[in-house]
Amino acid sequence: MYIAAFTWTEFAQQITAGVRQGAVFAGLALALVIIYRSTRAINFAQGEMATFTTFVCWSLMNHGLSFWAAFPIVLVIAFVGGVTIERTIIRPVENGPVITIVIVTLGLALLLNGLMSVIWGGGNRPFNGPFSTRTIDVGGVPISVQDIGIVAVSFVLVGLLALFFRFTKLGLGLRAAALNRDSSELVGVRVGWMLAFGWGLAAVLGAVAGMMVAPILFLDPNMMQTILLYAFAAAVLGGLDSPVGAVVGGLLLGVAITLLGRYVGFIGDTLKLPTALLLILLVLLVKPNGLFGRVAVRRV
Amino acid sequence: MRLKLALEVLGLLALAALIAVMPQLVSSFTAYEMATVGMYFIALLGLSILTGYSGQISLGHGAFMAIGGYTTAVLSVNGVYGHHIRDLWTIPIAGVVAGVAGLLVGIPALRLSGLYLALITFGIAVSFRQIPLKFDHFLGGTSGKVLSLLKTPFGLSATPNNWIYYLTWGIAFVLLVAAWLFVRGKPGRTLKAIRDSEIAAASSGISLARYKTLAFAMSAFYAGVAGSLYAIARGFMNPDVFPIVLSVYLVAALALGGVDSFLGLIVGASAIYVLVNRTADVTQWINHLPAVNLNPQRPGMPDVIFGAVLIVVLIILPTGVGGALRRLFGPLTSRLYSKS
Amino acid sequence: MQLQSVEARYGPVKALHGISLDVAAGELVAVLGANGAGKTTTLRAVSGTVRRTGDVVFDGRKLPRRPDAAARAGIAHVPEGRGTFSELSVWENLRLGAYTRRGSIKDDAQRVFKYFPRLDERKGQQAGTLSGGEQQMLALGRAMMARPKLVLLDEPSLGLAPMLVKEIFERLERMRADEGVAVLVVEQNANLALAHAARAYVLEVGNVVVSGASEELRANESVRRSYLGY
Repeated sequence: MYIAAFTWTEFAQQITAGVRQGAVFAGLALALVIIYRSTRAINFAQGEMATFTTFVCWSLMNHGLSFWAAFPIVLVIAFVGGVTIERTIIRPVENGPVITIVIVTLGLALLLNGLMSVIWGGGNRPFNGPFSTRTIDVGGVPISVQDIGIVAVSFVLVGLLALFFRFTKLGLGLRAAALNRDSSELVGVRVGWMLAFGWGLAAVLGAVAGMMVAPILFLDPNMMQTILLYAFAAAVLGGLDSPVGAVVGGLLLGVAITLLGRYVGFIGDTLKLPTALLLILLVLLVKPNGLFGRVAVRRV
Repeated sequence: MRLKLALEVLGLLALAALIAVMPQLVSSFTAYEMATVGMYFIALLGLSILTGYSGQISLGHGAFMAIGGYTTAVLSVNGVYGHHIRDLWTIPIAGVVAGVAGLLVGIPALRLSGLYLALITFGIAVSFRQIPLKFDHFLGGTSGKVLSLLKTPFGLSATPNNWIYYLTWGIAFVLLVAAWLFVRGKPGRTLKAIRDSEIAAASSGISLARYKTLAFAMSAFYAGVAGSLYAIARGFMNPDVFPIVLSVYLVAALALGGVDSFLGLIVGASAIYVLVNRTADVTQWINHLPAVNLNPQRPGMPDVIFGAVLIVVLIILPTGVGGALRRLFGPLTSRLYSKS
Repeated sequence: MQLQSVEARYGPVKALHGISLDVAAGELVAVLGANGAGKTTTLRAVSGTVRRTGDVVFDGRKLPRRPDAAARAGIAHVPEGRGTFSELSVWENLRLGAYTRRGSIKDDAQRVFKYFPRLDERKGQQAGTLSGGEQQMLALGRAMMARPKLVLLDEPSLGLAPMLVKEIFERLERMRADEGVAVLVVEQNANLALAHAARAYVLEVGNVVVSGASEELRANESVRRSYLGY
């Protein structure tokens, strides 16, 4: 293992790049956590759902809309799509074994992935993001406007979501439905709709993550596949049922992976993904409930 | 019980006979296709032991197939100390290497419950392709490794296609019997106890760890053998031979077929074959439908259908096609494992 | 509120074999019986959390069998184990009590705090960290937040010290008198229940076997022997 030539400026740039990646991981991880809390299952289609909505954005922009005009439309479509998916295909298996729900989401992933190829064709294409790629000087460190924009959008979204969950009645109902279905029904919360609403929110978070990374990665049906894995890692790192954990886990993972890739020659670009995998495995073996997760007691 | 045992043995014998005469009835190319189906069948068989009998889920068995394929490629192309090993003999080695890899995953998997295991194994499926890219001088990177052409050894008179057919289904038959014995015997009963209630099994003194790890290793062994055969049949090995989505197909096919139905596994294996190898054809079949005009160059359609079928099947038939068939025909269907 | 020959089942097992009972506005009625007699199921049949046949008439209207519909109609069900959200704060639990209502909840909260000042002190605390008695108060407080016309109360004495149980029942009595809420309470401790309730129903294996005013039941020979223990 050799250590590449080190400068503080570059180190700061790497940190920024890591935070930018981490912000995207965090958004998708948060989506996974929201669904996990309400459905107790992992949505393996989260990445495909995000890519699909990003394709919708691409189409709208192709029809002459600007990014920021398309953005809210895409979010609405994502929300409605998420709610519809929960109501139609998740609901019938909701009370079944976790494996069944997981496989249904895998089926959904296949379906959406294929649908994207059918509608838009395979292969990757450039996606014009809302932020310019030129760099500005922040305290002597050149940082791209795009990085700042992505981080800002992600943070604003997470902040809004936190306020929503904490201070609105609907947010409280969502949390209650995720924590205890029976008691929620007794106080008049429509639990079924709350779960669907959770899927809608998750789809929105995924859509934002997708639209943020598309300018960097190019758009293709498999765009989110590896990002989904990082998001899994981030969610597990933070503890699957902790929204705060998902955000912190995402940022930590983004920075750690970027730094390891840059400064540990053996890892480089190729082994980033396996390294992330190893990282979650280690976390799970040492702290099975992640860094922020609740300890689940199993009674015998 | 004894009658059932006799029926099952009879079923296996009938299957052996069917396997033996099949190449006489079909074209050489069809035999090759059926061989490929047999490879997926072997992998599914392994997965069914894992999922159906120890309740563990693996979304990473495509990676174990790839390990088997690479083992065969390295041993027969690079050789060991300059001695090339004939591809036939690499098959058991490939199984063992994949089995050891499975053991290595199976040990930490003991501490992970269902969902986490699904995540980790999915991670293995997605990140495994980075390994051959990293060690490209040894594993061939993206350009891959070219194996020797498929040919019939020992001066046998079969065509290469028939040869791979007999080889695959011969191995499949042996492994099927092995799985059958395994599942009927003590390990199988133990695994079932684990699946049904881990806590109850643990409190009655069953060593969970040993049997779950064993199941993982065994299923990885099956996948490794399947991967090795696949590499031999294709004569080529690179990261795209076993795409990431193959792992998903395997689990999906298992769910579709039902974990403990022999017929279901064949259906599942055939579905994977079509998805991986016949995508353009599927699109063309669909184009025969009225008002449908798809470009066969856009290969998404089979995935759309497979995904939709999977979802619908799981919603209306939670035990898979195999389970539904069994309920329909009761004891008539040839059963792989006894349910009682 | 009236139950008209209501039957209820859990899967293939029938738990209620056609029960009829009624609770007048502002009345405290007790349901007594041994374990498995169907007491809890009676409450669940009212709130719609169990599969039932037969009509539940509330305020002159038939109730649809959906828990949220019952909640919206003004029925607050405090289930066995209290049904508080242990991960949420006391204040959030109270907010959830008023979930079906629009408008400000400050006044209601003040009223709840009047009965249970302890809840005011622990507003920000996680409900799971409260003592058993405090949790029961929270459950009652949460029920009150809905401004219910009827409170269904399942075993409020379960797991509490006798002193606390007495206190809870006294506050319940006061709340009923002040606010005019009707209460249908299920209780193992028949002595206690009959001391506070105006009327009571005695269930045995899913049927009402005796019913009447508390005084009458107390005088009833078989009730005394089976449930009151003297």
